[in-house]
Amino acid sequence: MAKVTVGKKACAVNPLKMSQPIGGAFAFMGLRGSMPLLHGSQGCTSFGLTLFVRHFKEAVPLQTTAMSEVATVLGGYENVEQAILNIHKRTKPEIIGICSTGVTETKGDDVEGYIKTIRQKHPELATFPLVYVSTPDFKDAFQDGWEKTVARMVEVLVDAPMNAARRDPKRVNVLPGCHLTPGDLDELRNIIEDFGLEPSFLPDLAGSLDGHLPDEFVPTTIGGIGVEEIATMGQAGWTIAIGAQMRRAAEAMETRTGVPFRLFERLCGLIPNDEFLVFLSEISGRPVPLKYRRLRGQLADAMLDAHFHLGGRKLAIGAEPDLLFDLSSMLHEMGAKVTAAVTTTQSPVLERIMAEEVLIGDLEDLENLARERGCNLLISHSHGRQAAERLQIPFYRAGFPMFDRLGAGHQLSVGYRGTRDLIFDIANLIIADHEDNHQATPDTWRIAEADTPVAIDAGTMH
Amino acid sequence: MSSLSATIQEVFNEPGCGKNANKTEAERKKGCTKQLQPGGAAGGCAFDGAKIALQPLTDVAHLVHGPIACEGNSWDNRGARSSGSNIWRTGFTTDINETDIVFGGEKRLYKAVKEIIEKYDPPAIFVYQTCVPAMIGDDINAVCKAASAKFGKPVIPVNAPGFVGPKNLGNKLAGEALLDHVIGTQEPDFTTPYDLNIIGEYNLSGELWQVKPLLDELGIRIFSCISGDGKYREVAYSHRAKAAMMVCSKAMINVARKMEERYGIPFFEGSFYGIQDSSDSLREIARLLIERGAPDELMARTEAVIAREEAKSWASIEPYKPRFAGKKVLLITGGVKSWSVVAALQEAGLEMVGTSVKKSTKEDKERIKELMGQDAHMIDDMTPREMYKMLKDAKADIMLSGGKSQFVALKAAMPWLDINQERSHAYMGYVGMAKLMEEIDKALFNPVWEQLRQPAPWENTAKNWQAKATAQMEAEAAQLGVDPVAAEAARRARKICYCKMVDLGAIEDAIRAHALTTVDEIKERTTASSNCGSCKGRIEDVLAASAASAPAPVLQAAE
Repeated sequence: MAKVTVGKKACAVNPLKMSQPIGGAFAFMGLRGSMPLLHGSQGCTSFGLTLFVRHFKEAVPLQTTAMSEVATVLGGYENVEQAILNIHKRTKPEIIGICSTGVTETKGDDVEGYIKTIRQKHPELATFPLVYVSTPDFKDAFQDGWEKTVARMVEVLVDAPMNAARRDPKRVNVLPGCHLTPGDLDELRNIIEDFGLEPSFLPDLAGSLDGHLPDEFVPTTIGGIGVEEIATMGQAGWTIAIGAQMRRAAEAMETRTGVPFRLFERLCGLIPNDEFLVFLSEISGRPVPLKYRRLRGQLADAMLDAHFHLGGRKLAIGAEPDLLFDLSSMLHEMGAKVTAAVTTTQSPVLERIMAEEVLIGDLEDLENLARERGCNLLISHSHGRQAAERLQIPFYRAGFPMFDRLGAGHQLSVGYRGTRDLIFDIANLIIADHEDNHQATPDTWRIAEADTPVAIDAGTMH
Repeated sequence: MSSLSATIQEVFNEPGCGKNANKTEAERKKGCTKQLQPGGAAGGCAFDGAKIALQPLTDVAHLVHGPIACEGNSWDNRGARSSGSNIWRTGFTTDINETDIVFGGEKRLYKAVKEIIEKYDPPAIFVYQTCVPAMIGDDINAVCKAASAKFGKPVIPVNAPGFVGPKNLGNKLAGEALLDHVIGTQEPDFTTPYDLNIIGEYNLSGELWQVKPLLDELGIRIFSCISGDGKYREVAYSHRAKAAMMVCSKAMINVARKMEERYGIPFFEGSFYGIQDSSDSLREIARLLIERGAPDELMARTEAVIAREEAKSWASIEPYKPRFAGKKVLLITGGVKSWSVVAALQEAGLEMVGTSVKKSTKEDKERIKELMGQDAHMIDDMTPREMYKMLKDAKADIMLSGGKSQFVALKAAMPWLDINQERSHAYMGYVGMAKLMEEIDKALFNPVWEQLRQPAPWENTAKNWQAKATAQMEAEAAQLGVDPVAAEAARRARKICYCKMVDLGAIEDAIRAHALTTVDEIKERTTASSNCGSCKGRIEDVLAASAASAPAPVLQAAE
């Protein structure tokens, strides 16, 4: 049970946090034919774009209303209108997702109102899918932007079913948190399909940012869930929400369509996956397939092999709340001590993290805590690399952004297999660090001079 | 804000800029910034530009005053290299919240400066203004002034909030901050007749170090580099240099020109990309230093180094010649560097099939034309699909471009090389050219392409995306072939002015309807070229073409 504290510094140093609007835009990237649009100055978009491109190493669609100083002061109606018209004409999207930014929120642009006017003025847009989310930069973090945006998608894009009796028990809605990779989503899709169920992922980054070759060059997203499929999500038998951040969207779905939901706060680790498979077995009426019994055995064996290396490790971890909760809980279950934990924003899971304290802070805080408390394993997104270099401890990259290594989109943490491979990866890092930096030498156990005045005197004896 | 807008006006009115000198008074006032197209814009904001220009100063703490987006989404994302301090890679931001928006963020900013000094004690702090605090009226100049006085340390305001304009404006505003607050505020321990400022070089991938050994050998001292691997103190005393080289074309021309005006430091515009450019730049440096009092023998030594290095560099390219014979390169880049590498690529036996001139001035284009002769094939605005087609038709064997177009080339299973700012290799100077050849060779002859171009055994190649793209383009071309009206419409739809979105048809109509003969007349009628002016050359071509041919009757039908 952790105490949650909020940093008191005036200056954030080496930020762990990223902004809410790009978390929102990220969610829109899991929709097919989608063009996310940030209502702000062009820098708001270009920084986010660079971040996504460097992480996924893919072309990424993201546009801007390109607010100038004058437009900001006078209000951005014309820029929003122009942007929507231009995008609609030039990139022929199936949906445009709009997120506000700090600039336009400080002015107080009424974008919902703008959209109404735009629909009236331009009949070709009267029913065109436009989703707007308020995501000021000066509040909350990346994960919150995703959370709000997916909830808004449900409210705007999912049809309320005419007749609840016409539910299809085979269909399952999956609402994944932003801490899951496209690889994780594919893994989940396989698991769910193995129970004869038909999952609809909202959003589905595995369709758009998994690196596949597109059938055609389009300037929008090259895959993901289609708007028409989202509309029918109310016909599903169940909604599975993954990560506490998805509670809001799952509740919105239940309110709108009556589809019941089950929230899985974690899918990394042995017990969370047992619960997940039991649930799938229950709702599908099918036994757990043999292959998962084998995979469970493999994970159990991995845990046995790796506990020698992970047991007692002092972990310093910086991540957004759901990823922090998921990874730190799994490593705690492997015997690691969650010694320093830093996160970006408030969440109900924080107080259940297996550490004494969770700090809402930055990577400077994490680095200092890790140094003070003698941590010997660091986990954070790629920006932790400078701290790892200074601390000289093994560094495992997890979360977004991961711009200095390949394969970010395919790093797995869910399922028995994902957990198994993750445990091996981290344990191997520790083994390599031991080989490189901590091999025993004749002096390893020699008693240090300062501590042993007697030993120095004893030197004269021979 | 009035002082910021005055600064922006002044920057727009840069007399050192050739492009600007061609403008009328009214045009100059509008500035050199493109009117941004909502929903069709790409590229960074003024804050981004300011940070890019100053962040390579290695021992300075760069503090961003704004919400988390501005620094949190972008810190430690540049490939500049430092020979000493790494504090420039530390992300500092006030990360302002709702309360700050309501009550103002000045107190938080002041405290942030204090915290940085207490914890990191850098020789100076640069404070970057962003949109939100600019809107709520945070006066960063006043906070910096107060903090400077209180802590006895330079705290420099960099007033370039994102919404005042694009990146290139930010570069210049960063230059103004240096001119106003840094340059000339300290004195060097000693000076020599060989003291050189390098302005607008960021030491990306450490490329400055590809040239520095030659300068060292000649006894030329990099007195101050603004800003690659630079130190605060060096910039503060840079006004005592004897001469300056301005590297990145237009980005910091205001710094070079004003330093000439204020401190009598002559400068030239040069580049170390390509063998010829490197030699020219070394000669020019020697010439300017001699002019300012260095002994004449410097030139002879410089010539000797140039002769030796050129011979070495050409020799290092020699082995690639037979391998590169007949290979074609598609070069697409912002322009600054295009023309400077073309000669070396050609010398190595590579054939150029096109080069983008998006950001280049007309003079750049003329240089490309001159270098590449009549074969020059200008590609102003290729769509990804056309790019793919061009690569696929084996018109090109490799594409050299900036990071953004890489995915098109790679997904078309075509060798590709990054030559823009995010590249991981350094290509400057004589050694840089050899490195570039090596990288091109590695990319061209990697066996991976052979396998990747094989379709999956079960794939119907007539239906894959490549076939579809080709078929689609061929169908469109065939369609236009049998439909002269559509073909004409497509021809007329070609964009001439990208700022004002004026197409060829509109310009041709205006020429015909009003018997226009000059670019200025066209500008008045159609607004084309009334913004950045970079399409002037294209309009001249249209004028020349329409003067040469009488309007065809089908044109009137299309109206």
